[in-house]
Amino acid sequence: MSTPYYVSPDQIWEDKKVFVDRGIEQAKEVVVLEYNNGLLMVAENPRRTIFKISEIYDRIALASTGRVSEYEALRVAGIREAEVKGYTYYREDVTGKWLTNLYSQHMSAIAQGWDVKPLEIELLVCEVDSNPETRSQIYKITFDGTYEESEKFAVIGGRADAITEKLNETFTDGLELADALQLASRAFESIEVDESEPYEITPHTIEVSCLDATSGRRKFRRFSVEEIAEIFNHAS
Amino acid sequence: MLKPHDYGTTDFLQILKSRSPEHVADWTRLNGMQENFPHNFLEGTTVLALVYDKGVIIAGDRQATEGYQVGERRIKKVFKIDRHSAIAIAGVAGPCFETAKLFQVQVEFYEKMEGTSLSLDGQANYLSSLVRTNISLAMQGLIVLPLFAGYDLKQGKGRIFKYDVLGGRYEEDAYYAIGSGGKDARSTLKKIFHPEMNQEFALKAVIESIWDAADEDIATGGPDLIRKIFPTLTVITEEGVSDVSDETVEGMFHELVSRLEQ
Repeated sequence: MSTPYYVSPDQIWEDKKVFVDRGIEQAKEVVVLEYNNGLLMVAENPRRTIFKISEIYDRIALASTGRVSEYEALRVAGIREAEVKGYTYYREDVTGKWLTNLYSQHMSAIAQGWDVKPLEIELLVCEVDSNPETRSQIYKITFDGTYEESEKFAVIGGRADAITEKLNETFTDGLELADALQLASRAFESIEVDESEPYEITPHTIEVSCLDATSGRRKFRRFSVEEIAEIFNHAS
Repeated sequence: MLKPHDYGTTDFLQILKSRSPEHVADWTRLNGMQENFPHNFLEGTTVLALVYDKGVIIAGDRQATEGYQVGERRIKKVFKIDRHSAIAIAGVAGPCFETAKLFQVQVEFYEKMEGTSLSLDGQANYLSSLVRTNISLAMQGLIVLPLFAGYDLKQGKGRIFKYDVLGGRYEEDAYYAIGSGGKDARSTLKKIFHPEMNQEFALKAVIESIWDAADEDIATGGPDLIRKIFPTLTVITEEGVSDVSDETVEGMFHELVSRLEQ
């Protein structure tokens, strides 16, 4: 009889982490930050139909990075669950925390499976409230289902730490939309290390959306290239 | 609960049927029960739509009746569907609201899943199938009939669709009105309608036709000047869907009344 092989859980978990980190390292970043009317979401993404940021439900948006096929499936499943819940009960009952738990449970189950690879994605569930007094919520979810609630801003993607560091220095409360976009763009530019060729963010290289707490039932809005250019013009 | 492996469909009704069938009305169960029905459903209506040079207006009165009594004074019968369309429903109140809610969720669901809005024709066709699901209800006299209007961004004009109880979809190119006071409203619109009319003129035409419908049909509510309840008037143009404010509607009714008094 052959001896059953043994691998320590530490080793398995470590391997999975290394595997995911390798994937995420190459993932483009998405920045979500508070501005005076809600949340602004900016991604480095020159593509015009494959998005990193999308609407889930009235007050909720999802920013994601990593493997497109993996986060796309979660995006669609999230919309489906949110619509069924909102239809069954009441639209206000669909919350960011509920959606975050749903994603977290799913990602954690996959990460613990012995015969499946963990998801190479990171997610930000973003939520604003109709009441301007209530702070907006940002939940960052990583591959193993752990999530944390972020204040003011959050970043996902390969160089998230560097951008977070930059935002720690530059972020201020109550930014206008244009200034918030400017701030996010500067943060993106600051992490490009190749100094021989200065890197510049233009309306064509980024994807910009916002959750505007002051607008009607559907708070999500995606900006076109022309609109992004227009916003840049208003930055002080 | 999350089933991302099932990438799924853009049809919300299908999802609802498979996930929570208890939330989808099954009217076939009513067969043979009509004898025992309590006949105090909220019903009776005038809703109408009218095309003008920059778009389309869709409007409805606010009253629901229970037999010979007023059941509700401030019901809204016009619902915004997406940025460029709205629906008004005539018939038994309960299923009417359910149909409008389901239709609105479906159109929005499609838009989010696909990243692009469902075309006006696509919306109109989907509504056909929703009306068809109510056939067994209609056969028992509990009718749900929508009037659908929207601004078609491709064709650059306002469009109106009416339906029959079997889900038949018919486009009207000028105006239409349904409900118990629909015929009276249509008679008025027929006299006033002009294809080149502007928004101000079109709103006046709508106000006058609701007035006439309320005058002739006991189940249609006119303006309630004491409680300040006024018919809903919704304007759909290239810029989107917007409600005409109660103050504006009130002003127009006062104008109409003073004109009639002369």
